[in-house]
Amino acid sequence: MSIIRDSDKEAIKKEIAGLTGPVKLINFTQELECQYCKETNQIVKEVAELSDKATAETYNFVTDKEKVDSFKIDKIPATVIMGTDDRGIRFYGVPSGYEFISLLEAIRIVSSGNSGLQQRSKEVLGKLKKPLHLQVFVTPT
Amino acid sequence: MAYESPLVTADMVEATEFPHLAIKYQVMGVPKTIINEELHIEGAMPEQMLIQRIEEKFT
Repeated sequence: MSIIRDSDKEAIKKEIAGLTGPVKLINFTQELECQYCKETNQIVKEVAELSDKATAETYNFVTDKEKVDSFKIDKIPATVIMGTDDRGIRFYGVPSGYEFISLLEAIRIVSSGNSGLQQRSKEVLGKLKKPLHLQVFVTPT
Repeated sequence: MAYESPLVTADMVEATEFPHLAIKYQVMGVPKTIINEELHIEGAMPEQMLIQRIEEKFT
């Protein structure tokens, strides 16, 4: 059974209808001791089905060690959103509620190659000398 | 921001699923943004303000 309702699927399809470049949704999961892994994996797959530009990949957090290390995944459920290359965008936890809106936004950004940031913001980011790790905490409601 | 700079990584973290992190960073309300463990921002901040804080602290 589908998690995303049919009526929502139509709305999401419209939201991501204009995708130009390929998008990969890479989900890290495991069977046991992960309350929301299964649900997250299903949502990711269902979203990927809504656009011919999007594909979903699934890796096991325990056994696919090489992928876990290369994407620097430290907790699950984790989903990497990438276009032609990995730009460091990760979603941890089940993408529902506001996080789902952000997920669609991330998909649009990596597909279009347009972050939507102001020019001044891009200039400031260009001045960074060391890595910047942003963690945005959200809740489903 | 992560898209624009190879030095930036951005994690969206569902707070209720990772309570140890929510406790560690004292997440009482959302959104709450933690930047490099040093900068804690409560609530949604307009792009301009956020960038200014980043410029002051990290450039």
